[in-house]
Amino acid sequence: MNDVTFNKWIGQRTIRPDGVDKVTGRAAFAADTNMPGMIWGKVLRSPHPHARIRKIDTSKAERLPGVKAVIIARDVVDFPVDKSVMLGIQDMRWMCRNVMAREKALFPGHPVAAVAATTEAIAAQACALIDVDYEVLPWSIEIDDALKPDAPILHEFNTFEGKPSNIMGKLEVKKGDITVGFAQAEVIVERAFTTRPVHQGYIEPHACLVSVAADGKTTIWSSSQGQFMVRAMTAYLSGIPQSDIRAIPAEIGGGFGGKTIVYLEPLATLLAKKSGRPVKMVMTREEVMRATGPTSGSKSTVKIGAKKDGTIVAAQGTFYLQAGALPGSPIRGAVGCSFTPYDIPHVLSTGYDVCSNRSKVAAYRAPGAPIGAYAVECVLDELAEALKIDPIELRLKNAAKEGTKAAFGPTFPRIGYVETLKAAKGHPHYNAPLGKLQGRGVASGFWFNAGGESSAQVNITEDGNVVVTTGHPDIGGSRAGIANICAELLGIDYRRVSVIIGDTQTVGFSNLTGGSRVLFASSMVVTEATEKIISTLRERAAKIWQIDPEAVKWENGAAHPVSPNAGPFEPLTLAELANKASAMGGPIGESVQLNTQGAEGGFGTHICDVEVDVELGIARVIRYTAVQDVGRAIHPGYVEGQLQGGVAQGIGWALNEEYIYTRGGNVDNPGFLDYRMPVCSDLPMIDCVLIEVPNPKHPQGVKGVGEVPLVPVLSAVANAIHNAVGKRFYSLPMSPPKVLEKVDASVQQAAE
Amino acid sequence: MPKLHVTTTINGEPMEFLCEPDNTMLDALRNQLGLTGSKEGCATGDCGACSITVDGRLVCSCLMLAAEAEGHEIGTIEGMAQGDRLHPLQQKFLEQAALQCGICTSGMLVASEVLLKKNPNPSEEEVRFWLAGNLCRCTGYDKIVRAVLEAAAEMREARP
Repeated sequence: MNDVTFNKWIGQRTIRPDGVDKVTGRAAFAADTNMPGMIWGKVLRSPHPHARIRKIDTSKAERLPGVKAVIIARDVVDFPVDKSVMLGIQDMRWMCRNVMAREKALFPGHPVAAVAATTEAIAAQACALIDVDYEVLPWSIEIDDALKPDAPILHEFNTFEGKPSNIMGKLEVKKGDITVGFAQAEVIVERAFTTRPVHQGYIEPHACLVSVAADGKTTIWSSSQGQFMVRAMTAYLSGIPQSDIRAIPAEIGGGFGGKTIVYLEPLATLLAKKSGRPVKMVMTREEVMRATGPTSGSKSTVKIGAKKDGTIVAAQGTFYLQAGALPGSPIRGAVGCSFTPYDIPHVLSTGYDVCSNRSKVAAYRAPGAPIGAYAVECVLDELAEALKIDPIELRLKNAAKEGTKAAFGPTFPRIGYVETLKAAKGHPHYNAPLGKLQGRGVASGFWFNAGGESSAQVNITEDGNVVVTTGHPDIGGSRAGIANICAELLGIDYRRVSVIIGDTQTVGFSNLTGGSRVLFASSMVVTEATEKIISTLRERAAKIWQIDPEAVKWENGAAHPVSPNAGPFEPLTLAELANKASAMGGPIGESVQLNTQGAEGGFGTHICDVEVDVELGIARVIRYTAVQDVGRAIHPGYVEGQLQGGVAQGIGWALNEEYIYTRGGNVDNPGFLDYRMPVCSDLPMIDCVLIEVPNPKHPQGVKGVGEVPLVPVLSAVANAIHNAVGKRFYSLPMSPPKVLEKVDASVQQAAE
Repeated sequence: MPKLHVTTTINGEPMEFLCEPDNTMLDALRNQLGLTGSKEGCATGDCGACSITVDGRLVCSCLMLAAEAEGHEIGTIEGMAQGDRLHPLQQKFLEQAALQCGICTSGMLVASEVLLKKNPNPSEEEVRFWLAGNLCRCTGYDKIVRAVLEAAAEMREARP
């Protein structure tokens, strides 16, 4: 490995490669492109939460002038329910039913047909002319209703413990024996919690533009968290081979997990194929809120037992997560992550995947982990109170460290959790004075992080600059990180490195932008490609100087003889070697593809201060500090950005965000006015402490950072509110009506 | 219904376009005029991604009819930089990493420019309340607020 002796670019706040395009309005997002001859697609959606589709008559719609194509479920490739076909963590049985209802419509907003017409208005008019004969069925929205013995069953083929059920799956993580563990406990705290489904809330609605030529060659322009996922899912659902589908990644206007699956691309492809015209589809915000995302709502029970000195001896968690209409809630995150920051000898964590008549959940930043952590970290706060131990001390006493075996399997290498606790405890924030009706809470969190498949090409241009092509859509600044690393390795100015995201037919397979994997995985492949280039450059210089390549070193962007003994040669720069490339062996470039391993999990500890307005019930976050083991901050600005963004989303989840349902089972707040995400005036500055414990399994020490920051927030806020008003909240969101309800006369009096 | 003919000024240039009576200004900018820097996040005036100026006033272009542009001066993100010279706000957004995905950035910048014209020395609170109509889901607003405050300070210094 080419040793990085000084860090000129790694750790610098460089200007991101796509920055100027994004501050000038030039960057092209999914809805920003048109094609000649383009027409518009629209989706007809079910108004019912649960209904059998007896018949669909599209004839009137097809006769409307301007309509070019109409599709229904039979146009989408079917995946029968009795045979699982997995693509990553998604099962095509459920994807084919999510993009277009087959036997039944399973939630209000479920697509039942789609139309392409010369204008959006005609397409909408045509949708209204489609006759769908529904047999309306009983439905359930909430977990408790879906679990009742007489609950309407969404998927008749499914049984749980021998009976038809809406429980679609169970996952258990176990270590030791909790019966033994709890018998040793001197203090036990057990509490039940609920959380509401929340939407990822990306500002860019789903959109795509698809063209299918007469020979089947297909071009998809869309924004997603993975152009290869778009290609594969569209291929499965349209029957067009992957080799014929070029999926071009547009700039993506936020995803947070919600764009790791497709909604529109297969429909637009089928409409484009049928009509012979390029088809553009753009969701409205209302469609986004009714039919995409969110993450699960949950109900859970957590029980933790400890000795009087604070040693935790046993823990049990039971988590029911809403999957929505089709299976696949993130029970793995809830079950696997929630107790992981702690070294506990006896753990049992169980998750249940529960279907009900709401939109199918999609991944949301550390899927499942914030739900689990909310329950665990709130119980720990009560345990600390019962034991009269400082909450950070309690966590320090039980913290996972190198050698700890996590209940979900692995034994940790060097990790930085303890460092986050110590940094939080020593932070001025932790001991700052608090005013009346102000409170402070702490909480920790863990996320697995991920590695997986990545590809990159690094090419040296004829004028001696660099073009790096990777295969992962960049949402949060990953191109800036890649530029820093490549420039560092080559010893050149980072502005000479251009980083672009390739489409599916020009760069090798690269898995999703998700799991906090992108910089971890793509910098591994870019590093390997760049190192190969450096060895080519050394060989070329050796050839010119007629010395051994071993006698050539690469430094500061040029080949040098390793020592005066090697010969009195003037350095050969990257530009000089690039200029001589064709004469000296041909173009200089490398392509590397890896299934990357060694993405170690990440830990964070947060401190939150709130002030509660006891007259209005408004809890306001007034100070926030996020401490995280980030491995190595390649671009600290974008690492902090991940922390700050995750915290803001968590504050929304904790305090305001939820779906309101009508009595008819429809979402009643499908817009940004009533689905209340944090706005600028709701939040304070969010301080970040980046703890750098380099990942020993990565060439630059990189560790995923994007998802951990959401995990501790819900409980940090809840614990702070308790500290402010002396009341525990066991259900989210802690919105003004709920806070007011709990703030009784005693609190009011204390305020006066 | 026949299309309407609109004569207006966009980013200082005289412009004409045809639109349907129910087209929004955002539709006209994006679909008739090719100015796709203004984004549609909600179409209900809640997210601010489509922020433009009309005679210097901050407006959500999704809430304005295209026909209303007749005779007015429209400003969009595309008019913010002077040639290859970025506006100090644009420069500070880059330096401060005040954008992640970038979908809200155009609106944030247009809104911030209007603020600094009205109030060259805003407090953090004033920035936060001014930008409360511009949603960002990526950044937690921290770096955006810092970038606006820094740009304001730099612009005050640059003023004679």
